[in-house]
Amino acid sequence: MGQEGHPPRLALEGITKRFPGVLANDEVSFAVAPGEIHALLGENGAGKSTLVKIIYGVLHADEGRILWDGRPVEIPNPKAARRLGIGMVFQHFSLFEAMTVLENIALGIDEKVGWRELQERVVRILEAYDLPLDPRREVHTLSVGERQRIEIVRALLQKPRLLIMDEPTSVLTPQEVERLFDTLRQLASEGCSILYISHKLHEIKALCDTATILRGGRVVGTCDPKAESARSMAEMMIGGALRDVSRRRGGEFGQDRLNVVRLSAPGEGPFGVPLKEISLNVRAGEIVGIAGVAGNGQNELLAALAGEMEGAEHGAIFLNGKACIAANVGERRREGMCSVPEERYGHGAVPGISLSDNAVLTARYRMGLTGQGFIRYAAAEDFARNVIETFGVRTTGPKATAGSLSGGNLQKFIMGREILQKPDILVVSQPTWGVDAGAAAAIHQALLDLAAAGSAILLISQDLDELLALCDRIAVINGGRLSQMMEVEGISIERVGLLMGGMHGENESPPGGGARERRNAA
Amino acid sequence: MRLRLEARREPSRAMLYVTPALAVAMTVLAGIFIFTAMGYDGLGAIYQIFITPLADPYRWQDLFVKAAPLIIIALGLAVGFRANVWNIGAEGQYIVGALAGTGVALASWGMEGYWILPAMILAGILGGLAWAAIPAFLKTRFKVNEILTSLMLTYVAIQLLYYLMRGPWKDPEGFNFPQTRLFTEWQTLPAAVPGTLIHLGVPVALALAVVAWVVLARTVTGFQVRIVGLAPQAARYAGFSARRTVWLALLTSGGLAGLAGIFEAAGPFQQMTPQFPVNYGFTAIIVAFLGRLHPLGIVLAGMVLAVSYVGGENAQTTIGLPYAATGMFQAMMLFFLLAVDVLVRYRLRLSGPGAARPHQESRPQAPAAARTPAPESASA
Repeated sequence: MGQEGHPPRLALEGITKRFPGVLANDEVSFAVAPGEIHALLGENGAGKSTLVKIIYGVLHADEGRILWDGRPVEIPNPKAARRLGIGMVFQHFSLFEAMTVLENIALGIDEKVGWRELQERVVRILEAYDLPLDPRREVHTLSVGERQRIEIVRALLQKPRLLIMDEPTSVLTPQEVERLFDTLRQLASEGCSILYISHKLHEIKALCDTATILRGGRVVGTCDPKAESARSMAEMMIGGALRDVSRRRGGEFGQDRLNVVRLSAPGEGPFGVPLKEISLNVRAGEIVGIAGVAGNGQNELLAALAGEMEGAEHGAIFLNGKACIAANVGERRREGMCSVPEERYGHGAVPGISLSDNAVLTARYRMGLTGQGFIRYAAAEDFARNVIETFGVRTTGPKATAGSLSGGNLQKFIMGREILQKPDILVVSQPTWGVDAGAAAAIHQALLDLAAAGSAILLISQDLDELLALCDRIAVINGGRLSQMMEVEGISIERVGLLMGGMHGENESPPGGGARERRNAA
Repeated sequence: MRLRLEARREPSRAMLYVTPALAVAMTVLAGIFIFTAMGYDGLGAIYQIFITPLADPYRWQDLFVKAAPLIIIALGLAVGFRANVWNIGAEGQYIVGALAGTGVALASWGMEGYWILPAMILAGILGGLAWAAIPAFLKTRFKVNEILTSLMLTYVAIQLLYYLMRGPWKDPEGFNFPQTRLFTEWQTLPAAVPGTLIHLGVPVALALAVVAWVVLARTVTGFQVRIVGLAPQAARYAGFSARRTVWLALLTSGGLAGLAGIFEAAGPFQQMTPQFPVNYGFTAIIVAFLGRLHPLGIVLAGMVLAVSYVGGENAQTTIGLPYAATGMFQAMMLFFLLAVDVLVRYRLRLSGPGAARPHQESRPQAPAAARTPAPESASA
């Protein structure tokens, strides 16, 4: 797609950005041609977000320059970026739940436009790109895919010549991803350049013309993704050989370790999703997956199982056959259930205290880290050191604060802390969200080893690839309801996708109970 | 050259200790400036307030007597503040504690026995507990903000005091003055150091500081308080109940405030009068923060604030500073402490004009912040 003679739409030359103690971007240079779909590929912390924020005028480079159509430009703020013709769709949407689509769009644009004219322009864009979206609907009734379309329309209203998409598919169902790709291809064919940020290799192979790969803030390669294999790009991205994680299937499972019968619970927060009569079982040695788009009751399910709801649940939960709906967190942990929540900072761990103190947080029940009301600091430190060594957590030691660890390392610590307690049942939510590929592989292996040792694992994840690679059975959660369990062997991805989108088949989907925006930030 | 603030990667431990001293120093400087501007002898005022109480050994016992209630109340408040439970009404709990103890004293008036004083102290603690239990109940049951309820209950307590002094508890032989009988020798605190004003409350305050230190640093309860304050969601995950922590924090601070109240009534006052409240409950908030919510820091901060009480009285008599001056100094201390606290998380940097492109650095990031939802606002 290299148009000779045309200057590139956007060119970065030697962009460097320093934060205290970190070099986020180091002499980054690359160019995006008109009409090109250009992937920016890299692990978490590789510097993608910083770079994109510099392009969109949110941050400012310490060194280097930006060329727009061949001319050097200063982009002091996002408004200036939009005036140049740069549009951006953020990973996390900023929409008002209680307002309509059109009202949200009107709030998000810079120019003053009459109501009627705005409506006409929105409808024209929706038709031109075949985007199914009703401008009069209120946002809280929309699915995540529809919400993303609002952001896209917002960006398209400015007639962008470069559209930046930041991890756009992380909350979409497979069907919604296909639809998004069609829109992006149509835009590119009309001459709009697209900068597509992702770490999902098969998507980049399917969509992009060129890929620039970032690692540790530097450009480590540029390639044609269609000519590369997903594996070769992944290895460039992590800078080493990829570890294989594979699941032996068809094993014999033991007895039910976790049994949930018609569990209902209220939603957490004003836009929480109540759980409705969820039933499932996990046997010894088995990994059961819960798929679903974020904000469909996953957080509530984890809280209800772990006992964090303080008695608001109804139904029955059996741990190793023992009823424990009335038990609190500590009693459930002593009974053999451990859990890992999705949010690491402030939920799974406290950033401001040491790893040793973070070990006391949940391991005190099963590992004897307290006695007669006193904390046994020496024992806690030993346990934390054991976790650090066993799980290869990169840190200065048990006295380091949890907040000083990278996301991936902290997640390894949290996983290690729960796994070393030898739980009979482990409930995990999004264990590899925002974690680099190396840490993700280590976490996956640890889960498989734990299951092989006879524990039952309930894995809640939005990442279908992860679920298909690890789980024996999968169910889909949508609007607080759980679909039927499906064996992973011979599963239909299309069916899973439809279930994620709210098609319940035998169960009627409740009105307005659609997928909700991901509310907790990564 | 411009000054600018740069975020530190980790909070500075050194600054954690330096900033309280810095706040005291800035209070002194600002005090000199303000009193000079008002036409007083500014330097003399500072000398009277901060130096005289320390220079005169005879006044030292006064310092301990004033510091004791401040330390006892602040220790309890620190437990709550660590857990993000904001008991602002220690003054009210202090008054009600003192009233409850006084009630026992009046009921046992004319009796003799070693049981009387312990009974008064117990009643004092229970009185403070009960007064703090009201905001705790409202908070845990109806989610009512404890800052408002505890503060408003202070004024209820003051009115209760006035009513009892002018009505049922008025000394029948007191020439119609609104105050109670003087307590008997069975009802007053013994001197801890014979021949001085230093009463039993002083060593008790120091002992309580040590106990609080051990509890906060070494026990599961102290850990719970810290985790609930730092990360409520993580606390829930760890099995710590937010509701029980609210009760714990309010009852602890209420009980200790009540204890300080009855010590003050049975010690320096030896009776109950409408002049009993002297804002120890509010000043203790400053003590808790100046002491960094750490028991040993609180002992030091309690002494510093005691100096300002004693010195303030000095300055009133010697150079005619108004009574409000003491309160002003205490307020400035908290104000400056909160202001310089920014240095714990940020460092000051001088940046030269040519060092970086200034227009880029001074640009606020508000437009971007408005579009990207912050995690706090999104999950609220």
